[in-house]
Amino acid sequence: METKIMETGKTPSDAKDEPRELRVKPIKNGTVIDHIAGGQALNVLKILGISGTTDATVSVVMNVESSKLGKKDIVKVEDRELLEDEVNKIALIAPAASINIIRDYLVIEKHIVDLPSEIVGVVRCQNPNCISNTSEPIKSRMLVKARNPVLLRCIFCEQPLTDRIAEYLI
Amino acid sequence: MFKKRHVLSMREFSREEIDSVLDLASTLEPYARGKKSDMLAGKILALLFFEPSTRTRMSFETAMKRLGGGVINLGPAEGSSISKGESLADTVRVIGGYADALVIRHPKEGSARLASEFSPVPVLNAGDGAGHHPTQTLLDLYTIKKEQGRIDDLEIALVGDLKYGRTVHSLAYALSLYGADVTLVSPPTLRMPESIRSDLFSKGTKVREVCDLSQVVNNVDVLYMTRIQRERFPDPQEYNKVARSYRLTPQFLAGARKNLIIMHPLPRVDEISPEVDGTPYARYFQQSFYGVTVRMALLKMLIGGGA
Repeated sequence: METKIMETGKTPSDAKDEPRELRVKPIKNGTVIDHIAGGQALNVLKILGISGTTDATVSVVMNVESSKLGKKDIVKVEDRELLEDEVNKIALIAPAASINIIRDYLVIEKHIVDLPSEIVGVVRCQNPNCISNTSEPIKSRMLVKARNPVLLRCIFCEQPLTDRIAEYLI
Repeated sequence: MFKKRHVLSMREFSREEIDSVLDLASTLEPYARGKKSDMLAGKILALLFFEPSTRTRMSFETAMKRLGGGVINLGPAEGSSISKGESLADTVRVIGGYADALVIRHPKEGSARLASEFSPVPVLNAGDGAGHHPTQTLLDLYTIKKEQGRIDDLEIALVGDLKYGRTVHSLAYALSLYGADVTLVSPPTLRMPESIRSDLFSKGTKVREVCDLSQVVNNVDVLYMTRIQRERFPDPQEYNKVARSYRLTPQFLAGARKNLIIMHPLPRVDEISPEVDGTPYARYFQQSFYGVTVRMALLKMLIGGGA
């Protein structure tokens, strides 16, 4: 069922990328995550800890046509402003995403996600024999070797991680 | 250049740094053969071996003692604090307070790097699981340089377990710094991991992969044999399928180049027949001796006041 509702929090890039017939209800307060690579919206929800039992009001649009990405997903979460570590995690699976913080229907902050050169305590090493997967008093640490597509390398065992990053999020 | 740094992975060595280790090793060779030295007098090296080792452990001990230093050993794990559940981080912090440098071998990949983050003194990685074994690589490079006169532009075959064998992972990477032409010889199930092959390709190294050893024996300058390691296989049946894939005999070497050298990190099982030992190509026992020389150079650089 198509929903036609005004998007007052829209930014110029939103306007360019979102065809008029694919609009989602504007939110009064919360976060709009745009330019998620097509098909990754459910992994973004996983990062945000949003499951089927959540109370949050969440809108998900998947595989919208996008001039920038070809296909993109959009996630809108009401009454929640994302924290920095949540934004970093999203960057791992959606390196082109933009995060819009909405208050009273207005975009008051807009961040383009940007991976730092090192990710600490966010992604587990996929190597089961890596020392970082033991009870030693260390956090997992990944060097960001490439950003789009994301290529990580464990600082301890040097094993690369590129696809299936969502499976290894802590 | 080296004082107080750690030796964890060949990835952290530039070609210039490798050359400086090999050059110093060359000047120290007489001491490795018994010439008296007190270069490291008063210094203590701690050996933390959480996995069995004969030559690596003993060659580190010999290197330290030949330079006049002392050695302390972590005893069998059953009698130490490890069996009481102490973390590696704590063990390293404590023993780092007793010694001037630590040598560590541990079954987990990345353990030496972890040790380096908690140790107050330099850490030398003597093998971390299927990860790195940089001092073995340095002695391999020293052997090639010593026996062939150069490392650049040689044709080198790495043979055997290229999947789990940490020595070949580190060596392949180091050879890429010298423009070597590398042939990888392994059963299909024991191919070099993609991450290492792509590293070689990205450095412009000429790499080819084959399963049949006879295709390459006559066309290389260095034949680097490795043991197929039973202890690295999660499934014993998989080990049995590939256990005797390669066996080098004198007959195999009939058409070899005159300058061919055969290397092996040892211990061997049956991948090189004992009859090969008497051929002019065998260098694996010299290679093992050079381990003392190269480890002397590293210890002197790390705790003896630099090159």
